[in-house]
Order: sequence, then C-alpha cells, then structure tokens
Amino acid sequence: MNNKTHTETGHTSLAYEETFDCVQCGYCLPACPTYQTMRKETHSPRGRINLVKMAAEGKVSLSQLQEPIDLCLGCRACETACPTNVQYGTILNSAKEAIQKEKNKSMGGMTKWLSHAMFKQVLPNATAMGVLRTGLYAYQRLGIQSLARQTGLLPKMLPESLATFERITPQVDTGSSPAKRPKKLHPKGKRAYKVGFFTGCIMDTVFTQINTLSMKLLQQAGCEVEVIHEQTCCGALQHHSGEGEQAKALAKRNIEAFESYDFDYIVNSIGGCGAALVEYDELLKDESEWCERAKAFVDKNVDISVILGQLRLPFKKRINKTVTYQPSCHMSNVQKRVQEPLQLLQSIPGIQYQEMPEKEMCCGSAGIYNLIHYEAAMDILDEKMKNVQQCTPNIIVTTNPGCHLQMTLGVERDDKSKDIQVVHLVELLAEACDLH
Amino acid sequence: MKVITTTVINELHSIISEPERVLTDEADRYSYAFDASFGVYLPDVVVQPKSAQEVAQVMKIANQHLIPVYPRGQGTSLSGGPLPVKGGIVLDVAQWNQTLDIDTDNMLAVVSPGVLTAHINQAAQEYGLMYPPDPSSSHVSTIAGNLAENAGGPKGLKYGVTKDYVIGLEVVTPEGEIIRTGGKTVKNVTGYDLTKLIVGSEGTLGVITEATLRLMPQPPASQTLMAMFEDIVDSGTAISKILSAGIIPAKMELMDQASIVAVEEYEPLGLPTDVEALLLIELDGHPQAIAEEMTQVQTLCQEVGARQTKIANDTEEAQELWRARKLVSPAIVRVKPTKISEDATVPRSKIPDMFRRLKEIKEKYQVDLVVFGHAGDGNLHPNIIADKRDNEEMQRVEQAVGEIFEAAVALGGTLSGEHGIGTMKAPFMELELGKVGLDMMKRIKQSWDPNNILNPGKIFPEPGQKLVLRDE
Repeated sequence: MNNKTHTETGHTSLAYEETFDCVQCGYCLPACPTYQTMRKETHSPRGRINLVKMAAEGKVSLSQLQEPIDLCLGCRACETACPTNVQYGTILNSAKEAIQKEKNKSMGGMTKWLSHAMFKQVLPNATAMGVLRTGLYAYQRLGIQSLARQTGLLPKMLPESLATFERITPQVDTGSSPAKRPKKLHPKGKRAYKVGFFTGCIMDTVFTQINTLSMKLLQQAGCEVEVIHEQTCCGALQHHSGEGEQAKALAKRNIEAFESYDFDYIVNSIGGCGAALVEYDELLKDESEWCERAKAFVDKNVDISVILGQLRLPFKKRINKTVTYQPSCHMSNVQKRVQEPLQLLQSIPGIQYQEMPEKEMCCGSAGIYNLIHYEAAMDILDEKMKNVQQCTPNIIVTTNPGCHLQMTLGVERDDKSKDIQVVHLVELLAEACDLH
Repeated sequence: MKVITTTVINELHSIISEPERVLTDEADRYSYAFDASFGVYLPDVVVQPKSAQEVAQVMKIANQHLIPVYPRGQGTSLSGGPLPVKGGIVLDVAQWNQTLDIDTDNMLAVVSPGVLTAHINQAAQEYGLMYPPDPSSSHVSTIAGNLAENAGGPKGLKYGVTKDYVIGLEVVTPEGEIIRTGGKTVKNVTGYDLTKLIVGSEGTLGVITEATLRLMPQPPASQTLMAMFEDIVDSGTAISKILSAGIIPAKMELMDQASIVAVEEYEPLGLPTDVEALLLIELDGHPQAIAEEMTQVQTLCQEVGARQTKIANDTEEAQELWRARKLVSPAIVRVKPTKISEDATVPRSKIPDMFRRLKEIKEKYQVDLVVFGHAGDGNLHPNIIADKRDNEEMQRVEQAVGEIFEAAVALGGTLSGEHGIGTMKAPFMELELGKVGLDMMKRIKQSWDPNNILNPGKIFPEPGQKLVLRDE
C-alpha cells in the first residue's frame, strides 16, 4: 500500500483510511440538511469526506476544512443513505479533533479556560449544573443578555439568537429540582426490570420534569428505577466539539459507575445522550482494557421508548389531538430506534397521528449547533417548518431536549405557539396515564 | 491550460447576480474536483448558474479567454463526464431546479436542468403518468446529467433509455448562443435531429438549460418473480425464451454467484449460494395480462432448468425479493473498498459468451470480479472490487477493464450501455467506431465548438491516452 503522501505531509490523526470506503456515488446528498440549505457540495457528506481525505494528504489545510466540518450538524442521516456503509461519524469526529487540537494551540488563555471550564467542569458536575439551573432561574427573572455577555460562555452568540432562545427557554420550576426527587422508585406490581436511570446534564437542568415523569412511567410499567449519584455527563457535546479525551474520560466514569450496580437496563429519555452512550464501545475501541466493559455497558443502554414499548402502561385518559412526530437524528440514525417511539406514540388512546413529510431531516438543533451557528440552524429549521405546516398538528412530539427547544423555537417563529404545542413523548404518555 | 485571472472572476461576478454563486475558495473548488469515477482535477472556479442567459454569458467569457467549461449535475457520473480535467470553470446546475411542469394534455414534462430525475417521475405519478428512465441513481442524479450521459436503468429493456423520452431542448451553444431543438410534438422530422445529437453528447456540444420530456401512462399493476439457476447459461436461455414468447418484462436483472454469495455473507436472506445465477423479473401492465404472463414466465424458467422460482404475492414480498439486488453494492465493497463499475453491453444472445469471457478475464488477471446488471437488454455490470491504494492491483484492474471492453466490442456489443464514455473509455473509442467513425464525431465537435471550450478531454482520446485508475 502506498500511503507516502498521507504520512509525510498530511494530518495523520484524521480518519484517512475510512475515507476510502466512500465511492463518491452521492447517494448521501439528498439526505443531508446542510447540502439542502447551503447549496454546495462543500457542505455535503461526500464533499466533507473528500476534504478530510485531501487534508490528510496535505492538499488542503486544516483551516480550509474547518468551516465545512463546523457547519455539519452531525445528524448522521448520511450514514443511513450510504450504500457502502461509510463510517461518517468516525471521519467527522477525527476532523473535529484535529481542528480542535490546532485551535487549542493558538487559542488565547481566557477562551481556552472558558471552553475547558464549560466542558470539563460545568457539564459533568451536578453541583455546577445546579448552579447553572439557579442561574437560569435567575436569568429568567433578570434577563439573560447581561449574564451571558459577562460570562462569555457563548462568545459567538448574536443578540438576535439570545433574544430568540430566551423566549423559548422553559420556565425553571424550583419545585421540581432533581435534588428533591426520590433516588429510587419501587415498581408498581410485579417487578419486570431493574433499571438505572441516566439523567443527562442539560436535560436534568432544563427539562427536569421530563426526567421525573420518565421515572414515574417506568415505575408504572413495572420497573424498579434508581438514579445513581456516581453517573456523570455522557460526553456527547465534548466529543462533538473535538474534545475526544474528555469524552473518553467521562465514558469511563459512567461505565465504572453503572458497572457496580446490577441493572437489567440503563434507560434515558434523551436521544442525543443515548446516541453517545450506545457508542462508548466505538469511542473506547483503541483501549483494550475498556473494550469489553464498554460493550457490556452499551448492551444495557436503551431509550425509554424501547422499555416502555415492551411493557404495558396504564392509560387513563384519551388525548384527542392531531399529533406529528419529529424523530431525533441521534435516536434514528445512531441508536436506530425508529419504530419504537412511533409505535409507543400511536398506542396512546385518542391520538390522530399524522406523518410529517421528510420527518427524518434534522431540525437544526444538533447539540449546541443552533447557538453557535444560529443563522445556518434557522435556515434548516425553516425547511422543517414548511413540512410541519403540511400536516397541521396540535402537538409536535420530540424525544430529545435539543429538538424540543428547536421545534418550540420554530413554532414561535411561525407565530403558532397558540395552536401548536411541543412536548416530549414522555410528557404525552404521562398525561395519558394521568401522572404529574 | 489558461490560468484564470481576477479579471475573469470579476467578469463572472458581473453576470451572476448573487456573489455566493461564484465559488473560488479552495475547499469549494476541491468539492467539485471529482465525480463517482476516478481522479481529482481542481477547477479554478465553480459557477452556479440559474438561467440560460447566465450560461450564455459564461460561455462568451470562456470563449473570449479560452477557458474550458464543464457542465456538472450532482456528480454521480461513473465515466468521468463532469471532471474538470484541464482546469477552468465548473458549471454546477444542481441548484437550478425551479421548473418542473407537468403538461397532462400533451403528456409532457418541462424541466430545468437541476431537477432530480426521480422527482420528475414522482410529479408525473400524481397524474397517473410516469417518466420511465430509472437509473439507480435517479434520486440523486439531475436530469441534465442523465440527458448528457444518456442514462439508462433497469427498465431499459421495455422502456428504453433517456434519449427515447426527450423531444425538445433549450441549449446554450459552446459559443454562447441560446437555441431550441425539437419541440412539444411527438412527431417532429424537421431537419437534423439535434435533440438526439445533444442527448448523450456528454456536455461537449452544448449546455442543456431546459428539457421537454415525454411521459407515459403508468401501468396499473406489476409483479415480480425470482428464479435460481444452477448453470448461468440456462439463465441466458430463459431470458431469450421469455422474450421470444412475446413477453417484455419491465425489468430483468441478473446476479451471478459471486454477488449472491457476497449478499448472503453481508445479510443472510436465505438465497442458495450454490447456484450460478439468479434472475429477478418484473412484469407490468394490466393485472389480468401480467397474471397470465407470470405463469408463462415461471413455466419457461422451469423448463430450461431453473432450480427454484418464487412469485411475490404483494408489493411487500416483491420489495423483499428486490432487496437482494439492492444489497449487492454494500455487500461487495466489504471485501475491498474500491469499486470499478463497468457497463459494457452485448447483444443479449451473446450474454452466455460474455460470461465465459468475463470468467477468463477474472482468472487471467486475478481480480475480484462480480457480475450483475440488466440482463434483459444485455447491459451487464461487471464490477471489479479492488483497493486503489494498491498500485500493483490497480494495474491488473486496468488491464482487466481494457479486456472487458475488447470482449464486449468483439461480441458485437458496445463500450457503454448507460454510463457514457467520459474520460474512462475514451482510449477505447476507436476500437468500437473505427478511425473514420471516430473522425466523423470529432468533426461534429469541431464545428460546434471551434475553440474546444466545452468539456474538453471527454469522449475523444488524447494521443496515446490509456485507461488510468491510479492517482499518479
């Protein structure tokens, strides 16, 4: 084999070998939301794979690669369209890490400290997230702009995006703080499974109530549910920002934490975190002592819809509404749970389900993409809302906090908040079961 | 090659109303440097036109400065059609997809060049019509690309290829004039048939900016049968028997043993791996007619020695049977990543001979060769699976591909059934056409494009040009 060019002149940390699996057929183009909105090959999966290859061969610089990689949502819809099973996620992450390493070299002290603080100290830290939660509560009282500007945590955020997100951030209710939630719930009736509940960080901060309801639903369906305090952040945001080492460290902490308990399943209600959790084996594939442990962890991790779909929920109310479903990309394309949430949704008495055209297209939320690339995300959201309009729902159901916020924003931007409600699947199930 | 100066870029900006439709960044240029075939050729600039006037002005600038121009759809070409082999301007028409009008009274579609081929069929279906050409890439490929390469597809046997459905074109000439060929009438014999000349000319004679396409009534029903053959020659006999019985299937696809084994190893579907060939046959038409024909097809297959036949009871079962064919691509690239997909085509009576020749070539050059494709029309897809990082292997592949072309032509066939010539098959043109035949084609090119501006380096070989699948 002749890899001379690559190793001598290029960036060896890029997933160069994987790029050869791409036969450049272009079947991924129609599946890619950014190709649709940005209208050039540079922002298509095929284009990005080609650029990673060119960078690995030293033909283009990492700085040329940066914008196309930054603007990728990481929705991985291209992987489902690919006829030759190209591992786009691996190629994308390798590019993000290479770019981040380069940036870390040149980053100013303050920016570096802040980015590290955010990913390493804040997200994985329950106390810090508690503080953030209080902060969120405070900001909702006091106004976010000054706070965000002072902390500088989101330096690229535009005043417009701030104002928009401020409108849609759910009201933090101090009564439902994670701290006040029982750590263990006993099953209703005969125990079906013993499950560990994965809370996530943003989810448990912004959508605490959804986690609480998830646990109650599992309890109603016959599960013993426990929240263990040793768990930490899933590492998805770090990984997607090119901080692979931090992501690995968090993965190990989670594996260790859950290993010491004898759970049948580890359950979460967060499409994006779930995707990170089921790929821990991929993340740790080069570390021999962790491979097997990661695989065992992965096998136990499922989205809540998988467990609830296997058990019976005691529905008490009919919900006579027209409902459409916006599947989270990470749930569909990475966790490959396409049917489970949909079947569960359709099992709710009274529901009129209407399929949204192109429902598998990303809504533009993609972790913190919509904060960092506000305008690009809004273009993608506009495409999504055109499809929402075609099915005129009373309710849009999501399965991931990012999509939840983004769809709420879409409804708000269309001035439809009075007509269309955005809820997590768990909230709708809880309502039908009369749980609060 | 002329290097594009800032003056030229400025001139391009002055005619393209939105600045973001003129791409000069290195990342953007590299993104239009390839297609689905081989080689990377960096263009100097990419322009995304949205009107015939814009294209005409680009062509005028190109002529004035002698800059090559390469029209490009979504770059799914397997023959190298849109590759900017001599630098210059790539004309990306993929974003120019605004017109898709169905004229039900005349059973026509009028489309702009960037419309995806599958979208034309979808739009037609809403009126009970269909646009029959169905290249496997139709959900990605643009109509302009299909027109330029004269794309085919599995339905070619019954319904023909792209050229059989084009009755009118708007074309920008290489010198920047806008002309119309053909029209809206099915019958049109006025003068030379420039429409047919442009279709399949691979972007060397003009830039297609609008097309008028014929539509057909959608058949009310379809049904699928799968038949397994222990001897591949028997499958060939089955094909001839079915056709000579007066039955024209919509599709008749073949998979050889190597592709069946690959699919079974990739995703077990329960196909027997000890058979030499598998035929998938789809009939369409009136439900009563196809019911009767299907029984006949089944009997004919059994009579010539099919080990097993299976008829799908409903659409779902039919999709399940077609799944085997769909899995061929992912299955075969599991062994090695590089896929050289050829489309050498022989008269269908010569299919068994072609199989024999392919087997010899496979052994002679020790290459991983699998065969599948549109057996009903003789359009086989010998695919060689290799690793393009392995120089020694790629040299053997180049020789094997060359011999595949020679075999096809020797059997009275053609270099290309549906992918076009592009850069890949240019070195073999004389083999099929002869010196004078090729020269007549060159003369047409010279009279249309005296400055050789439009898509140079395609169809016609450069002196001494050889098939090269390696980067260096």
